[in-house]
Amino acid sequence: MMGTSDLDDLYAEIILDHYRNPRNTGLLADPDLQAEGFNPFCGDRVVLTLALGADGGVERVGFEGEGCSISQASASIMTELLKGKSVQEAHALNATFRALMADAELPHGHTPDELGELTALEGVKRFPVRIKCALLPWATLQDALAQPGAVRG
Amino acid sequence: MYDLSAVRADFPVLSRQVNGKPLVYLDNAATSQKPRQVIEALVEYYERYNSNVHRGVHTLSVEATDRYEEAREKVARFINAPSAEHLVWVRNTTEAINLAAKTWAAERVGPGDRIVVTEMEHHSNLVPWQQLAKQRGAELAIAALDADHKLDEADFERLLTPSTRLVAFTHMSNVLGTITPAKRLVEMARRVEAAVLIDAAQSVPHLSIDVQDLDADFVAFSGHKMLAPTGIGCLYARSEVLEQMQPFLHGGEMVLEVTYEDASWNHLPMRFEAGTPNIADAIGMGAAVDYLAALGMENVRRHEVELTRYALGRFAELEEVIVYGPADLDYRGGVVSFHVEGLHPHDLGQVLDAEGVAIRTGHHCAMPLVRSRLNVPATARASFYLYNTEEEVDALMEALNKALRYFGRAPRSRPA
Repeated sequence: MMGTSDLDDLYAEIILDHYRNPRNTGLLADPDLQAEGFNPFCGDRVVLTLALGADGGVERVGFEGEGCSISQASASIMTELLKGKSVQEAHALNATFRALMADAELPHGHTPDELGELTALEGVKRFPVRIKCALLPWATLQDALAQPGAVRG
Repeated sequence: MYDLSAVRADFPVLSRQVNGKPLVYLDNAATSQKPRQVIEALVEYYERYNSNVHRGVHTLSVEATDRYEEAREKVARFINAPSAEHLVWVRNTTEAINLAAKTWAAERVGPGDRIVVTEMEHHSNLVPWQQLAKQRGAELAIAALDADHKLDEADFERLLTPSTRLVAFTHMSNVLGTITPAKRLVEMARRVEAAVLIDAAQSVPHLSIDVQDLDADFVAFSGHKMLAPTGIGCLYARSEVLEQMQPFLHGGEMVLEVTYEDASWNHLPMRFEAGTPNIADAIGMGAAVDYLAALGMENVRRHEVELTRYALGRFAELEEVIVYGPADLDYRGGVVSFHVEGLHPHDLGQVLDAEGVAIRTGHHCAMPLVRSRLNVPATARASFYLYNTEEEVDALMEALNKALRYFGRAPRSRPA
């Protein structure tokens, strides 16, 4: 049975904050990597641009999107966490977050601490149809990281 | 009018609780709930005379065949078809439209020809025609809506050229609730000798339909939106059209005589019903139209008009809510699509669900309409049926206010 408290778990204050005031919005003019994700089920859309530094790590991130609070907050938090990460670390973060959402064991050697504000999205697990919303930015990230430009570094 | 509380008592699911609150089911344009009479017809078939149809001489098979064909006759009477032979059983409206598109229309639409649809078609009455046009080198023309979200009849008429082979339009939009003047549109199409298919998925459940009066070539509808089980629907077609149509699926039941070299086709409409059909659900659809006919479709319509009027009045109290669809209730069924700027329908639907209120959120299988015409990624939609009440509309409004407060949008009442 679901009540308001479950809703409060779903819509944690951190999520509502990122939804109302998304970070790193606006696409980069000179991205090294770019991808677009779309969820036809609810019409959620995320466009992600990444600029890599000389060391091959993520230097700047910009995103644009429209959609529900879960997808947009997930994207906003993701962009915050990506900054300064190497491509490999970005892959690892992606895998760790997906494991959290799937209620699966975290990849070896990884802990929830790395997920930072993403742990606020844990409440989404109880609303199976919304998990796709939370994962949309991460599927988009995966597509971006699969581009040839990402091998650099 | 009918006794609303007696009607509600016929629908077992309406007494259930969802998330600790009484269920308020307002997703009827997606699928309707089922009365006990329909559920019992299914149980009776499986418990008493489950058997294949048109086969054996044994008692069960005879009973099953009788009830199955009786259901076809009931549905034929319900839409005033000249006879049951005009009705082909299919799974749903989508299959009915595809059957017409991939047999009759595929043979008649060629390069340079035109197919006309409207801006508010469900994907099921858009994609089959769009793909047929692409395959055949034909052109798909889209009739516009007017500012009130009614069909722009002048635009529709303007698109009807001598090369127009087929016109396919919805009788009632599942997004806007817009009712199209079907008879007038058929008359216009006839002037250029175009064939007509009416997507009646939303209209047969809610309006009194007379297919002979409408005079379309095809009328497609589903059982599950009109109290019947899922998995059963109908394609009505005029005799001449059915006689010209080639079978779509080959196999048992649809043949008359078979040799190793050739086969001849069974009588209408069975030549379009290859294989063992959906016997139980067809019988369930017979029970559903019995139920609707007993209430009277005029009464169903009157109830829904009053409920929609009431709902639109309540929606008008909320300044931040944009409501789509015609204001003129003569042109509107019991569908209210709405949008709150800055509040995604999915989030809205989630809070409503916590209050036991079931609405639909998304693009409603009409992506081009919602995204290009209404200019939003998705909408929320409340849709009514014969068992809904004003108290349920009030529950919706209360839940909606709660959602607005939850996401930090305190509802502001319109100044009087």
